[in-house]
Amino acid sequence: MAEKEILVEVKNLNVTFGKGKSQFEAIKDVSFEIYKGETFGLVGESGSGKTTIGRAIMRINEVTGGQILFKGKQINGKIPRDWDREITQKIQMIFQDPMASLNERAKVDYIISEGLVNTKKFSNEIERQEKVRNALLQVGLLPEFASRFPHEFSGGQRQRIGIARALVMEPEFVIADEPISALDVSIRAQVLNLLSKLQQENNLTYLFIAHDLSIVRFITDRTAVIYKGNIVELAETEKLFNNPIHPYTRALISAVPEPNPHKERNKTVEIYDPSQHNYEKNPPSFVEVEEGHFVLANEEEIERYRETQKLGVSQ
Amino acid sequence: MGETQTKTKILSIENLIIKFKLRGQVLTAIRDISLDLYKGESLAIVGESGSGKSVLVKSIMGLLDKNGYIDQGKIIYKDDDLSQFKTEKDWLKIRGKEIAMVTQDPMTSLNPLKTIGKQIEEAVLLHQGLTGNEAYEKVLQLLRDVGIYDVEKRYKQYPHEFSGGMRQRIVIAIAIACNPKILICDEPTTALDVTIQAQILQLLKNLQEKYLLTTIYITHDLGVVAKVADRIAVMYAGDIIEVGKTDEIFFNAQHPYTWALISSLPQLGVKGEVLYSIKGTPPNLFKEIKGDAFAPRNPYALKIDYVERPPYFKLSETHFAKTWLLHPSAPKVEPPETLKKFFEEGRQYTNG
Repeated sequence: MAEKEILVEVKNLNVTFGKGKSQFEAIKDVSFEIYKGETFGLVGESGSGKTTIGRAIMRINEVTGGQILFKGKQINGKIPRDWDREITQKIQMIFQDPMASLNERAKVDYIISEGLVNTKKFSNEIERQEKVRNALLQVGLLPEFASRFPHEFSGGQRQRIGIARALVMEPEFVIADEPISALDVSIRAQVLNLLSKLQQENNLTYLFIAHDLSIVRFITDRTAVIYKGNIVELAETEKLFNNPIHPYTRALISAVPEPNPHKERNKTVEIYDPSQHNYEKNPPSFVEVEEGHFVLANEEEIERYRETQKLGVSQ
Repeated sequence: MGETQTKTKILSIENLIIKFKLRGQVLTAIRDISLDLYKGESLAIVGESGSGKSVLVKSIMGLLDKNGYIDQGKIIYKDDDLSQFKTEKDWLKIRGKEIAMVTQDPMTSLNPLKTIGKQIEEAVLLHQGLTGNEAYEKVLQLLRDVGIYDVEKRYKQYPHEFSGGMRQRIVIAIAIACNPKILICDEPTTALDVTIQAQILQLLKNLQEKYLLTTIYITHDLGVVAKVADRIAVMYAGDIIEVGKTDEIFFNAQHPYTWALISSLPQLGVKGEVLYSIKGTPPNLFKEIKGDAFAPRNPYALKIDYVERPPYFKLSETHFAKTWLLHPSAPKVEPPETLKKFFEEGRQYTNG
């Protein structure tokens, strides 16, 4: 298990917005690794910083402290131009709202091949068209659609165009920031299936950012829960859902509505109270409580979690 | 009938057809819907965007866009037929006082230039005629009722000083300010985080009891429905294709569209396998729909589905579905395997 190849590594990441008095620390000392070929989920509520992490890896947001490594080489800060060009192509992003993320005045053909043009990833016009065609086919759209404008498509189709735009660059790592939360229920399943299919066909690694835990549970292999700029818990997805340790994770999971009226009405929703932590004297660290299961806690809490966890097993 | 258990109808929609004029074309948004709302119940209307669920409730409030009109049918509330209302003056008798609404996005439904106290007071002044100290006290009471602390201080604050969940509480306070009989909640929690969503839903449930409200929830989230609804109406392409008690829809659904909707929930999916998904897209409502609107996307579609629109088939006193599959001479069709398991698991709760 330990032999897994690390594709992306985030080390002690810190992102701070603003200056002086209005400074705001959005990401506080966050570290995690993403293995090649997996889907890594990042969940949290709005304002928790999950998108900021995605954008920091995309190099849209500047990193204030720490390091981001892709294939073992640093990608933040000052880097050689060749490497810069390579990661521009290898790391792609799928955005949340397909209504807002496509240029209304450009044809699909242009939207998809803009990245190709910028990185000169084709030798002639025929090759470019071929690439656009393939990308469209891969996401389940017809090649003829290349000559149309975005407004001619439905939300689900637009999201497919957004995915094709990422795919055409032949990326290795794709950051999907809430890729289906703006879509209709019946379309969500289609796009989720498409993402899984593309992952297998193209050997992709995903960073899946979402707030909907039921979707995260379905699609991700490992999940990190983020609260106010800190990762509070990280584990294999099933482990995390079956045995959440941090009180915030527990509250978050308990709040997810279940599609079963009896279970839903009888369940107790746990409420997370951040003041329960006594971090002034005894600061927390990111501790591995069992293999691959990390929790942000101080020593005293670890003791307590260990105990309650044992109780949970023996029941 | 006539027993004390028989629920009284509070609102009755009869054969409603709503159309919109759009760029010289006519779109039929609501295609012949009939629906009764009973006093004290909580009804959830479920459907995708474009299914007409918002149009339906907007017509009850008289809030249809200018190019939309009621082509046929009645909306009976008390002794009035709301579909005949023409002027704003007519609607003001109903809107707010009798039927109020909580909208989706608390970020846009409040006035950023007024303190929230004044905004709630507006509703109290307009509809209840309270003034001065009386109105002030009433507003404080409303704020407390929706779970806001430190009300005197909060009264003087502006919307931007509140979080999303708190703003939604204020929107709810405005909605219940005039003691409405019916409260329509249009996707009340879609814009909110899960932990806040749970709180707001609980608040709405509590208020329903306290203020004796009849509520209509519009949502596409079956988890929300599971929490709040007594009855569910499933809408597709401007029609209610299945309606029943919550248990009946969740664990004994009969329409293939309802099946598909439940099956495509990620909770029912198995990791690493393909999640059930509905093929294609909803029909174009500019065109006349022949037969069952869901037929082209329906793997169980029969020939007749393309020809004739199915009527309601009665499954119980409360459960009706519009699908030819329920016709006595239709072939027997089983729901997908995962769904059958889900149904069985659910029925254990119902019986146990």
